[in-house]
Amino acid sequence: MAATQEEIVAGLADIVNEIAGIPVEDVQLDKSFTDDLDVDSLSMVEVVVAAEERFDVKIPDEDVKNLKTVGDATEYILKHQA
Amino acid sequence: MSKIKPAKGAPYARILGVGGYRPTRVVPNEVILETIDSSDEWIRSRSGIQTRHWANDEETVAAMSIEASGKAIADAGITAEQVGAVIVSTVTHFKQTPAVATEIADKLGTNKAAAFDISAGCAGFGYGLTLAKGMIVEGSAEYVLVIGVERLSDLTDLEDRATAFLFGDGAGAVVVGPSNEPAIGPTIWGSEGDKSETIKQTVPWTDYREGEVERFPAITQEGQAVFRWAVFEMAKVAQQALDAAGIAASDLDVFIPHQANERIIDSMVKTLKLPESVTVARDVRTTGNTSAASIPLAMERLLATGEAKSGDTALVIGFGAGLVYAASVVTLP
Repeated sequence: MAATQEEIVAGLADIVNEIAGIPVEDVQLDKSFTDDLDVDSLSMVEVVVAAEERFDVKIPDEDVKNLKTVGDATEYILKHQA
Repeated sequence: MSKIKPAKGAPYARILGVGGYRPTRVVPNEVILETIDSSDEWIRSRSGIQTRHWANDEETVAAMSIEASGKAIADAGITAEQVGAVIVSTVTHFKQTPAVATEIADKLGTNKAAAFDISAGCAGFGYGLTLAKGMIVEGSAEYVLVIGVERLSDLTDLEDRATAFLFGDGAGAVVVGPSNEPAIGPTIWGSEGDKSETIKQTVPWTDYREGEVERFPAITQEGQAVFRWAVFEMAKVAQQALDAAGIAASDLDVFIPHQANERIIDSMVKTLKLPESVTVARDVRTTGNTSAASIPLAMERLLATGEAKSGDTALVIGFGAGLVYAASVVTLP
């Protein structure tokens, strides 16, 4: 069953916590991965790959650069999840 | 049909000796920061690199190879005359022909050893090792010298903030010879030419000659795409090499991945779930990315510092421009 927006944000929060050590409560829709959450371009790749597995979605390299905020990623996953 | 008598090879092959050469000039991040807008902290956090070596005019591809090979031959306890073939992997020997391997074979004092260059980017050491193993088991050479050598500083765009800090120069060599026991596991290797744009030389030499571009060619890469491929796809290849050799991660002593970037190394270790008991090569911190030379250089350093010892079981994996890759489990010399 497809994940809801809430489930996706919670999942991304877990992933960002695991990869970058950011507290889960800091991971909010309006937060920028690089500016607010200290996720650099390489960690972002790890976040993306973990999100692909968790939400059964493909996020090609060329789309990763457009995922600036948690909201961008959530929307992308909502739209593309299998 | 006449019957052709085959050559008589050894039952198996092993790495008998290793040697390295690092250029005398040590280049700290401060020097890189003279031409790019970045910081020491940024470079270290993205790559782990603190210093790298850059070759001077005398430290040519051949000269560095001869130094490294001399050490490898001495370490193997053989003489140069016993070397039957010299394989050189490089992408930075700027004279197309003849192969630099012939000059190296001659200056080392081999007895007219077969000598040739290969081009397999950062997987070059694994490609050379695989060829050497085949030649020894098939019987066309008893001892084979495999050299990875690069002067990547010649192919670095010092104004490109994504790559200026990455590359270094150096040579690493191993002597591969006969063995009664298997000591080089099956190679898992391949190419993905559909991803050739991911890591590449900016333009062909001829474009530069004809004035179509002003900048001398340099190596460029798509950082995020390389990182994803290197960590997640190459971890699968590394696991296949372990499985093919019948070695569990818990049996492994040493992991020597291509020294591309410490972040890639960290993530590979995590993805492969290597136990903490495995010694991981992190030579990239002070050597930078030396492409084909990185695995033998890292191997030499681990053995020299005592972090690894002769007889240890090591997983080696190279990956890079092509894209190409090669992984196998080896017994350290």
